[in-house]
Amino acid sequence: MKLKHTVLLGAAIAGLLGSAVASADEQFIGLPSYRVGPYAAGGAGIFGGWIDYMQLINERDGGVNGVKLTWEECETEYNNARGVECYERLKKKGSTGNSVFQPVSTGITYSVLEKVAQDKIPMVTIGYGRTDAADGRVFPWVFPMITTYWSQASAIVNFIGSKEGGMDKLKGKKIGLLYHDSAYGKESHAIMDKLAAKHGFEVLKIAVAHPGNEQQSQWLQIRQAKPDYVILWGWGVMNPTAIKAAAKTGFPREKLIGVWWSGAEEDTIPAGPAAKGFIAAGFNVPGANYPVVADIKKHVYGKDKGNMEDKTRIGSVYYNRGVVHGIITVEAIRKAQEKFGKGKAMTGEQMRWGFENLNLDDARLKALGATGFMPPLKLSCADHEGPGKVKFQQWDGNQWKVITDWIDSDRPLVRGMIEESAAAYAKEKGIKPRDCSKEG
Amino acid sequence: MLYREAGQFKASYAEDARIFPIRQDRIGFWVLMLVFGVAVPLLADQYWLKAILIPVLIFSLAALGLNILTGYAGQLSLGSAAFMAVGAFAAYNFILRIDGMPFLVALVLSGATAALVGILFGLPSLRIKGFYLAVATLAAQFFIVWALVKFPWFSNNSSSGVVTAQDVTILGYTFASPEAKYILTFLIVVVMALLAKNMVRSSTGRAWMAVRDMDVAAQVIGFRLMRTKLLAFAVSSFYCGVAGALYAYTYIGTVEPEAFNLDLSFKILFMIIIGGVGSIMGSFLGAAFIVLLPIFLDNFVPMIFGQSLGAGFVSNFQLIVFGGLIIFFLIVEPHGLARLWQIAKEKLRLWPFPH
Repeated sequence: MKLKHTVLLGAAIAGLLGSAVASADEQFIGLPSYRVGPYAAGGAGIFGGWIDYMQLINERDGGVNGVKLTWEECETEYNNARGVECYERLKKKGSTGNSVFQPVSTGITYSVLEKVAQDKIPMVTIGYGRTDAADGRVFPWVFPMITTYWSQASAIVNFIGSKEGGMDKLKGKKIGLLYHDSAYGKESHAIMDKLAAKHGFEVLKIAVAHPGNEQQSQWLQIRQAKPDYVILWGWGVMNPTAIKAAAKTGFPREKLIGVWWSGAEEDTIPAGPAAKGFIAAGFNVPGANYPVVADIKKHVYGKDKGNMEDKTRIGSVYYNRGVVHGIITVEAIRKAQEKFGKGKAMTGEQMRWGFENLNLDDARLKALGATGFMPPLKLSCADHEGPGKVKFQQWDGNQWKVITDWIDSDRPLVRGMIEESAAAYAKEKGIKPRDCSKEG
Repeated sequence: MLYREAGQFKASYAEDARIFPIRQDRIGFWVLMLVFGVAVPLLADQYWLKAILIPVLIFSLAALGLNILTGYAGQLSLGSAAFMAVGAFAAYNFILRIDGMPFLVALVLSGATAALVGILFGLPSLRIKGFYLAVATLAAQFFIVWALVKFPWFSNNSSSGVVTAQDVTILGYTFASPEAKYILTFLIVVVMALLAKNMVRSSTGRAWMAVRDMDVAAQVIGFRLMRTKLLAFAVSSFYCGVAGALYAYTYIGTVEPEAFNLDLSFKILFMIIIGGVGSIMGSFLGAAFIVLLPIFLDNFVPMIFGQSLGAGFVSNFQLIVFGGLIIFFLIVEPHGLARLWQIAKEKLRLWPFPH
């Protein structure tokens, strides 16, 4: 009995010492996750994929150049106030503090937008958040990466143009915009008006009140106006409801085009057979047959260290989106270590340099096992967005099938709007934009 | 033994009308003020100030507002969050559109705007009561949030409908640090709580309570129902409006309609039910309970279970415990935490010789 106690005590002390030594080169990443509430399905998928990728780096590579990744989840319930609490709680954890904050919620993004600049913690918002933050001169600490809502709207219009056989064919067409009546949905208005003026089509904006499980009058309006296409700018339960209503009204699903928050399995499966033919944009693609996902299955789930409770969701749209979050986070750490010292934990300021100099070209994506999984990504001091490209996928009744290559947006138009809006913000707040030619 | 008022005599009317008639309570109150007004800002770290103490104070103020309406005047309301939204947007627009608008004036004006809106939505209370009135205030909740989203003028044509709050500047000093923001919030909440305490002890408060207990009888003995009820709506909305403005300016830093949804209204209602309906102190206890318990559980539950259970389970388990504790407290003391405190005080008076 005594011996057992001694051994246990010894083990405990060794464990304590061991962890104390290990924490010297650990990179802490705070995860403001949401696994309860109306958006739990999205949250569990995204944060599950993200955690699994970081686990993969720890298990397969032993961390980033030997620096193990550690993380802690904080439940936000997709609520702004809770998100701020999580931000403050996670801020000081780990040896260098929280090195990157990714709220996966537009509301929380706005709530901590000014706090991250004060605390010098980069905030990465992939496919959501404040669009004009893509101007890195005014928003040095915010990275609305890969693509923003405005780029997406423009890419969707480009896609419709290519389906019609050229952008000049859009003249005189009518495009419906069925949007979630919230900050998120209204992000689409300014850009759609600009595009409509440029290409000569008409936009029919139709609001759906939160949560969007009642859309009869909206679809009656669509039936009367007979738009050529309808863009579905939805979120949560609004999506399957819209798809079902489209089927009921007889609107062809091939002409109903969803944004990336409308294009997951969680949106189509509840709509049943009505969803067949529905098209949606996505900055990542679904599928478990990419080497990176296969590696997660082998190294993480093989050792029973996976995060997903429902393993059938591995390779789903949201799960893979989480893997993209993981790839970007890890690659920024790697890039920052190249400059500030390999094998060291990076601070928020060093991570920001890592993000601004991030360059995931085709070769790098191939090495990561993610060719075609996400678009190549290159950021700079001024451009915090990157490619602004999306792929389109179509639901075949059972799964999403990718039907296009990466489709570009109208970059000059979108960038012009971003700079204009960011300049207005800088003026309102008295921010002097950075001079990017002086950044190293 | 320590808590006994023997030997304390009231020699003047002023002493008789004090808020805290017992000397120990007065000492306790000043100690509390010193702790939270001086010691806390000196000692607490940013996390405690920004994420815990400021929201507790702000929600206490909102709960106080609802308590005036529901606890004292007996009018059930589900629109508190909407009145907070009115206050937040009003403060934003006053500061934005009027050059050189002082923050404190904007704060009072935002409360006044909320009070006007409150009077408007309080009009049905003259005809309908109880649950029916709750439904009418529910309409306020939905209508106000809808209007703030619908008309971009309120958010200065921001493309997303979310606006960032301006800096808080009073007499040239900018309240930027969490300590400064905390002290500002603390002072405003203390002043308004003392005002509320005095209001409910005055003829106004007595009129509210008379209406609450039986409005026909109150009318018979000469209280004007319309005035009394609408005044309760106005004062309550004023408090909620100021709380909303503080929420935007000293806490979150952004103003957006969706933050003030029905969930928040329910939360404020739960605060007064848990804390104590018809009690100023209960508003503070209830707000602290509802704000702090989920944060405590989020820290505590994973500590016990570690990573052995799925993260999804841990998150859901916290909600189960939260709900369970609410039910537990309501069974133990249906009149709320404030009543528990009162019972403790009565016991303390007799302690250590209860017989």
